[in-house]
Amino acid sequence: MAHAQSDTPHARDDAPEATVASDPANDRANDRANDTATGRTVLDSGDISRALTRISHEILERNKGPEGLVLLGIPTRGVHLAQRIASRIHEVEGHAVPVGALDITMYRDDLRKHPTREPQHTSLPAGGVDGKVVVLVDDVLFSGRTVRAALDAMNDLGRPASVRLAVLVDRGHRELPIRADHVGKNLPSARSERVMVRLDEVDGYDEVRIALADQTAEGPVGAK
Amino acid sequence: MNKNLLSIEDVSADDIAAFFATATEMHDVQNRSVKKLPALRGRTVVNLFFEDSTRTRSSFEIAGKWLSADVINVSAKGSSVSKGESLRDTVLTVAAMGVDGLVIRHMASGAAKQVSEWTDAVVINAGDGTHEHPTQALLDAYTLQRRLGSLEGRHVVIVGDLTHSRVFRSNVLCLAKLGAEVTVVAPPTLMPSGIVAWSKDAGFATSYDFDDVLPKADAVMMLRVQRERMNGAYFPSAREYTVGYGLTRDRLAVLKPDAPICHPGPMNRGLEIAADAADAAQSAVLDQVSAGVAIRMSVLYHLLAGEGGQA
Repeated sequence: MAHAQSDTPHARDDAPEATVASDPANDRANDRANDTATGRTVLDSGDISRALTRISHEILERNKGPEGLVLLGIPTRGVHLAQRIASRIHEVEGHAVPVGALDITMYRDDLRKHPTREPQHTSLPAGGVDGKVVVLVDDVLFSGRTVRAALDAMNDLGRPASVRLAVLVDRGHRELPIRADHVGKNLPSARSERVMVRLDEVDGYDEVRIALADQTAEGPVGAK
Repeated sequence: MNKNLLSIEDVSADDIAAFFATATEMHDVQNRSVKKLPALRGRTVVNLFFEDSTRTRSSFEIAGKWLSADVINVSAKGSSVSKGESLRDTVLTVAAMGVDGLVIRHMASGAAKQVSEWTDAVVINAGDGTHEHPTQALLDAYTLQRRLGSLEGRHVVIVGDLTHSRVFRSNVLCLAKLGAEVTVVAPPTLMPSGIVAWSKDAGFATSYDFDDVLPKADAVMMLRVQRERMNGAYFPSAREYTVGYGLTRDRLAVLKPDAPICHPGPMNRGLEIAADAADAAQSAVLDQVSAGVAIRMSVLYHLLAGEGGQA
């Protein structure tokens, strides 16, 4: 099979919506208490904020300004990161960069290895992506398979002038020839570890944690 | 979620919500310039149609193709069925070619369930006799939900030939799962026998008087008068049916101005629905057609994309 692949935990564990939908504040507090019992914090809220500010400046520097930029976040957390980057660019340049969401569910190479997943929302900014400089934004870069799927999805939506990749965390272990242009934090990790990104918009607080996979066997929300 | 889609009875409210959520995303695909998703690449779907159909068959065909499945149409006319092959042999022959999904329409009630016992392929009921037409009910409810928001407590009136209507049977079940109040209206001759007991169990109301329920309707669903099944003397004349049960121009004036008008098609203009109603701003007939593709993409995706099992 052309789509054969290793059984390493490269998959995006995107089943968080159910948890998020019923999300009273005390649930969040419990989640957080459970989270902090395992692993260690790699980035706190201040670190995340500084990393995003730096990424925003790098994107502007590389593009020589905000013209022609489109930020496309990969659901769920990539979309929120893209929005944060856009608002920082707006603060610096006074220019509203269009933000969209690019769902990759139907483009995954492991679609038929799992029970059917619910596709998430794809929305392109009004001007589309044709001829634009698209910056894909995701929270964690791991195997690179998500990004490959995103490039395929983009192919069906238009033809950007170029595509760049910005990620909050690069944890290594690539399985495809893909690299990020803008990285918030390079995080050397073991394959057996899990990297969990928590964002205020989804989880109620900002944090990046790393933990051994067996400590989080329940498959925590947003772990990769 | 069940492996097959044979009846709305097997579909839970959560399943319906999942079908609708995916259909919403699929609706956006219809507006793209590249209408193609790779989700069913390498899967083969056969549309096995023993009854005439334009919209259901082409809608399943488009849905499968937009998801990159290979879609083959087999209709009774021009196939070995016309040479006398049995349903079982036809199904086994098609399944032996390595088919992943079978979309079946047949004039016998229960045909889809029977077929599902003969094959490992995923079976989707596209209408079996006077029993059910589950994807039609899903697309109708989806269309209404897009127009009205939640269907909880909304009053849906279904009018027409209930005796012969599989659309009505699936719709009553589906709308009940979404919390809608349903009233079904038909002349006494076209009320199925035993409907009084069933309506009590299933929690819907029956009426012979369209004019009485019309002003209270949040949506009306007109069923087609199936002339091909009208071999009994169900009503004296077409004119008489229109006067009692057609959505005429006069009745349109009584209907709430924001109440959607649905019709599963094909419409008999001037019989069960006046042209004024079919083409009114509140008519949802064309929405139903585009929703049909989105819902069928969603159903094919949920039943055929994964390795099976629960979402």
